[in-house]
Amino acid sequence: MRVLSAAAILAFGILMVTAFLDLPPRGDRQSPAALHVSPYYVRNAERDMETPNVVTAVLADYRGYDTLGETTVIFTAGLACLLVLYRRKNAPENR
Amino acid sequence: MLQRTDSVIIAVMARALVPLIQLYALYVHFHGHSSPGGGFQGGALLAASVLLYRISMGPETARSQFPRGWGVRMGAAGTLIFAATGAACLAGGGAFLDYARLPGLSEDPAALRSLGITLIETGVLFAVMGTMIAIFDRIIASEPA
Repeated sequence: MRVLSAAAILAFGILMVTAFLDLPPRGDRQSPAALHVSPYYVRNAERDMETPNVVTAVLADYRGYDTLGETTVIFTAGLACLLVLYRRKNAPENR
Repeated sequence: MLQRTDSVIIAVMARALVPLIQLYALYVHFHGHSSPGGGFQGGALLAASVLLYRISMGPETARSQFPRGWGVRMGAAGTLIFAATGAACLAGGGAFLDYARLPGLSEDPAALRSLGITLIETGVLFAVMGTMIAIFDRIIASEPA
């Protein structure tokens, strides 16, 4: 079992590193994202939603659905924490 | 269980800091349109102020400020505010979370989008604040007395 999980972690790690090597370098102005969506956001955020802070505009409006997911994740993770930490009143004392 | 602190310094400093932190949290939240900040940061600051009060003032006083059990409800309410804003846009004839179609408030799409951002950021604020406080309260409650 231990060998199996080690192998799974190793395989996943190799997969992640391989995927990471294919990413465009940081600050690359020719990367696909910098050519299409980023200029659109920078040019139109102020006009579209009267919000000078482009980060807020992207986070809350252009990518609002994503942020709804993030908020749900935070709340769900909190609920999971509560369930893990919850101690039943009548449970036998186990330490 | 947490005890009320015996130290005068801690008690006075906490009493002085809590309202300042909360005021700054509101500033960070509502100024998120034009400076770094927003619901996540404001919510974390508000939760920090409540936790500081809980740590320094002991359970009874702290509960009068923010009762136990409200954290989860506040988190759920925040997530609901976010989703309800999206649903209101549906009701106004737009797509989900298309704030320009928020019903009945204004005609200017840009102003409506700005308002929609404030609404959902408020939802995020409540969700973050409530969840952090709920986790803290549960950790404290599960500690042996």
